[in-house]
Amino acid sequence: MKALSISNLKKEYAGGLQALKGIDLDVEEGDFFALLGPNGAGKSTTIGIISSLVTKTSGQVKILDIDIDENHSLAKKKLGVVGQEVNFNQFEKVGDIIKNQAGYYGLSFKQARENAKHYMRKLDIWDKRDEQARKLSGGMKRRVMVAKALVNNPELLILDEPTAGVDIELRRSLWDFLTEINKAGTTIILTTHYLEEAERLCRNIAIIDSGEIVENTSMQELLTRLEVETFVFDLSKPLLKLPESSDFDMFLENPQKLKVTVGKGQGLNSIFEILSGLGIEISSMRNETGRLEELFLGLVDATLTEKKND
Amino acid sequence: MTILYKEIHRFMRIWTQTLIPPAIMIMLYFVIFGTLIGKRIGQMGGFDYMQFMIPGLIMMSVISNSYSNVVSSFFGQKFARSIEELLITPLPHYLILLGWVLGGVARGLLVGAIVTIVSLWFYDLTVVNWTLSIFVLISTSILFSLGGFLNALFAESFDDISIVPTFIMQPLIYLGGVFYSIQLLPTFWQTVSLANPILYMINAFRYSILGSSDLESLGFSINSALFMIVGFIILLTSICLWSLNKGRGIRS
Repeated sequence: MKALSISNLKKEYAGGLQALKGIDLDVEEGDFFALLGPNGAGKSTTIGIISSLVTKTSGQVKILDIDIDENHSLAKKKLGVVGQEVNFNQFEKVGDIIKNQAGYYGLSFKQARENAKHYMRKLDIWDKRDEQARKLSGGMKRRVMVAKALVNNPELLILDEPTAGVDIELRRSLWDFLTEINKAGTTIILTTHYLEEAERLCRNIAIIDSGEIVENTSMQELLTRLEVETFVFDLSKPLLKLPESSDFDMFLENPQKLKVTVGKGQGLNSIFEILSGLGIEISSMRNETGRLEELFLGLVDATLTEKKND
Repeated sequence: MTILYKEIHRFMRIWTQTLIPPAIMIMLYFVIFGTLIGKRIGQMGGFDYMQFMIPGLIMMSVISNSYSNVVSSFFGQKFARSIEELLITPLPHYLILLGWVLGGVARGLLVGAIVTIVSLWFYDLTVVNWTLSIFVLISTSILFSLGGFLNALFAESFDDISIVPTFIMQPLIYLGGVFYSIQLLPTFWQTVSLANPILYMINAFRYSILGSSDLESLGFSINSALFMIVGFIILLTSICLWSLNKGRGIRS
């Protein structure tokens, strides 16, 4: 079954801005799916339509085979959404915010209390349950948002940039938590600007740009399309002259930092052989940018060029 | 139920802003207009001035508190975007409306009860028709809660939620016979006053408490006032639900 099925979805805002130009998108049940795109591409509009915050111009949206227009209530019961911005009353207590959200889903008071307790413990905010939300840090507020979205045990969870502006520790703990609930069966759709996050968590990916899906494939398939990768080598001793190689493009950023561009099919072993042969000692090595980031920029640039040519 | 619980919890939490000011204001009205000036006025509509004024003041408090509770709470949620947490849930629109209206009614009636208790310090009030007075109070409170909801739905700034209460509701309340019998007015202004719907509500309530009001002397039955209130409730409910279904003011 498809957790989400979107067909020919269009949105034109008052003033004529076409935010979505008839997108089609399917997300399988149990998937961890990334929806990426630059700012203003249409990601939030798509999520807004799925969650009823934005009125669509035309098209169809189904959540677990339930049409949101035909059976709005049932479709919504299966959905949890973590918005981009904090959207709860910050003068309320954390525990009340989460319990009330359960109440909006029609859960009994007892069930609401149990679910709220479960997710507050899971997300490490149980100790904050009696505090006013406005007194929490940005990261803690994010956790409240996630607990709130999960309190009805949704089958489909949509997260719109859940880790924007949070520290790395929280980001990683959220990643672990999301992986855990995905393994337990919750389908997750994630939008993020941290491409490393999408690459690490998601199995399938769609890239949206200017209201159109420009790519929709598996993460693995997309990454195999990568033509070149740039690696950064930190050197043990300063290097005064750039090593010569006919196989690789090299660039010395500073005497102890060497950048090497590796093409598709070229092995890393040969770089190590060349550098070892020249007596260069490597202390560490890393990608210059995320692999997905390079592909993403390539795809978005390609759409931009096509538009300019048109 | 969750919306109602949340609303009651909200206005009880800030009771110094929601429950105490109306009590103080009404107490001042009783002291100044009732005790000090009222004695010089003497009778109004066949009753002591204080006795005449009490139903109007209770109704004024119910109207303004029902309205302001819903308009400020709903617009506040819109402004802070916390309305989104409701819109993404399976809650049907009629339940969202019902929750807020019941919240407005709860505050309106609670303030009405406080004002009644305060008025009992100043005058030994007896109620002629309890059923009618409770019906008029609740229905008027529902009506103005709906009005507050509609105002909040269309409001885009805090200015927008103060325009209607300041420039429309307050004049209509004060000119609706809270402090005077419209029989005191020249015929022309009596006719003009009949176009004020709040006049019917205040007089229907006054009738239920005192057993007499301006309406009968002007040729209107109490039933016509009740029909009008119910008619307005149906009209505003329809507009609110239509607007919610269209997403007016809450969806882009």
